[in-house]
Amino acid sequence: MPPKNTPPHSAVRAVAVSVCVGLLAAGAASLWLSSGRNRQDRRADDAPGRTGRLPRYGDYAVVGKTVTINSPRHELYAFWREFKNLPRFMENVEAVEASGDTLVWTIRGPAGSSYTLRTRIISDRKNEQIAWRSIDGSDIDTEGKVMFRDAPGGRGTEVEAIIAYVPPGGAAGRAIARLFRREPAVQGRHELKRFKMLMETGEVATANNRKLA
Amino acid sequence: MRALTYHGTHDVRVETVPDPEIINPRDAVIEVTATAICGSDLHLYDGVIPGMMPGDILGHEFMGRVVETGPASTLKKGQRVVVPFTISCGKCFHCMKQQYSACDNSNPVETQDLTEPLYGHALSGLFGYSHLTGGYPGGQAQYVRVPYSDVGPIVIPDGLEDEQVLFLSDILPTGWMAAENCDIEEGDTVAVWGCGPVGLFAVQSALIMGAHQVIAIDHYPHRLELARKFGAKVIDYRQTHVLEALMEMTGGFGPDAVIDAVGMESHGLTPDNVLDRAKQTVGIGADRGHALRQAILACRKGGRISMPGVYGGFLDKFPLGAFMEKGLQWRTGQTHVQKYSKDLLRRIGEGEVDTTFLISHRLSLEEAPEGYRNFHGNQNEWTKVVMTP
Ligand SMILES: NC(=O)c1ccc[n+]([C@@H]2O[C@H](COP(=O)([O-])OP(=O)(O)OC[C@H]3O[C@@H](n4cnc5c(N)ncnc54)[C@H](O)[C@@H]3O)[C@@H](O)[C@H]2O)c1
Ligand SMILES: [Zn+2]
Ligand SMILES: [Zn+2]
Repeated sequence: MPPKNTPPHSAVRAVAVSVCVGLLAAGAASLWLSSGRNRQDRRADDAPGRTGRLPRYGDYAVVGKTVTINSPRHELYAFWREFKNLPRFMENVEAVEASGDTLVWTIRGPAGSSYTLRTRIISDRKNEQIAWRSIDGSDIDTEGKVMFRDAPGGRGTEVEAIIAYVPPGGAAGRAIARLFRREPAVQGRHELKRFKMLMETGEVATANNRKLA
Repeated sequence: MRALTYHGTHDVRVETVPDPEIINPRDAVIEVTATAICGSDLHLYDGVIPGMMPGDILGHEFMGRVVETGPASTLKKGQRVVVPFTISCGKCFHCMKQQYSACDNSNPVETQDLTEPLYGHALSGLFGYSHLTGGYPGGQAQYVRVPYSDVGPIVIPDGLEDEQVLFLSDILPTGWMAAENCDIEEGDTVAVWGCGPVGLFAVQSALIMGAHQVIAIDHYPHRLELARKFGAKVIDYRQTHVLEALMEMTGGFGPDAVIDAVGMESHGLTPDNVLDRAKQTVGIGADRGHALRQAILACRKGGRISMPGVYGGFLDKFPLGAFMEKGLQWRTGQTHVQKYSKDLLRRIGEGEVDTTFLISHRLSLEEAPEGYRNFHGNQNEWTKVVMTP
């Protein structure tokens, strides 16, 4: 399995900051767009709910992302359904063990710590979708779903992953922060892109010149 | 190993850094035998492309000998290869369409985050070209780790010298694609702004593709002379009214296709360019688009704009009205290098394209900072710098 090599985050963040500062002049003008509207104003359109300007469902925050992967649906489903594969593209997940319907996730925490999350598979439709939910009484209240659909024009498969969670606040918030390490939307986006890289190219792209110690 | 590293505007140094190693299965490591400085490197040198970090290894035009291969590489140790500056996986939707510089997978996910807000999409990976395109260590070095080595590098047969094939890495296919993007028809005039390496190869390519005439525009006499050697007519914009001259030289039509081989750092003291320069200096992401503006005004009605010149941010005073009302078409992009490698290698072998005429200086890698200083500051004489580690 390819090592997961990522540039030092601090470096990337420093660049991100400098890029963002450069953009401030251009971006300021569009800030008003995102203010002053609330959910009641939202008329029905065909976009996924999570792309709304205030994507909240009761207590839950919902993040999600779609990518098209140039591989057949059954291959992608099979790779994902073999849950021990997930750490190959999920940066913070050390291991996933499945016993029956239960998944036990070992998640990397800060400073060498690790953390266990238990979820139950709540839906599993072959070559179509897999969904899981944290087991009642967990510190973390979260639900996830991944869907596989044929892409148009022979482009492969559209893969859509959605994660719902109760956003930070109190003990659960700290646990969530530990679970995702970064903002869940960012984390989810990265994981899906790494999944695409791994399935299309057999490896995860890195600019590193040397293996991490 | 020794490598040229970036430390800030006009500050590049040759330093000792760790050797690269194989990381991913499809990787190879090559020992560089020749590497060049590109006009694109000057945009980094001038600090007008964001996303550079101190210590980044520069260089995206390089070739060498394979010294290590990952288990999924198809290269063999000892083979001589030229490496495209575009890092492309060969498997994604864009690579399958031969849009290699749009590869979805080569830019690591963390750095994809930098260009998604800036450009709406993440860019592909490029060697030695800022963290916007992955922050990959570049080729002005003794060794380079080359990802996807089973699809990118082109193997060079014996009998062709390094200098003959080195530019397959970038500027030759870039000039070629620039001409291809002109959709040249019989009787066409193609006007080329900029007689740097890209412009010079665009001149040569447009003539091979059957342009009736190519008119090249610059202000450096020696660079204009090189363009003329390849059969271009030339205009020195310091002494001639470019727009008027182009109309007169095309029977009152204007050029059928125009190529901007200047990019975001146009020279000149026209009012638009002075204002652009001021904005670029304070760093608000403004590009200097004087050559492009002029090219759009010059282009005949219904004509084509081809823009290999690199831009990074925003442009104002853009003659959008002229563009729309004249019904122009516009094609651009980082070059899809891998698409052209084989065909151009054949043309070099058959002597159809001349690739070495523009090399003015040969230096060692240790002299790279001097190479940058002069390629930047003495453009008339320093037309292309090739270095050997
Ligand atoms: N699209 C790609 O993949 C790709 C690849 C390589 C280079 N490039 C870009 O192509 C451009 C040219 O590269 P190069 O290596 O030839 O650079 P270069 O700096 O050597 O050449 C630029 C030339 O443009 C001339 N020039 C400047 N202002 C002008 C004006 N107003 N009118 C006419 N000529 C003018 C300069 O005198 C110079 O000779 C750069 O922007 C570079 O980044 C793009
Ligand atoms: Zn270049
Ligand atoms: Zn690709």
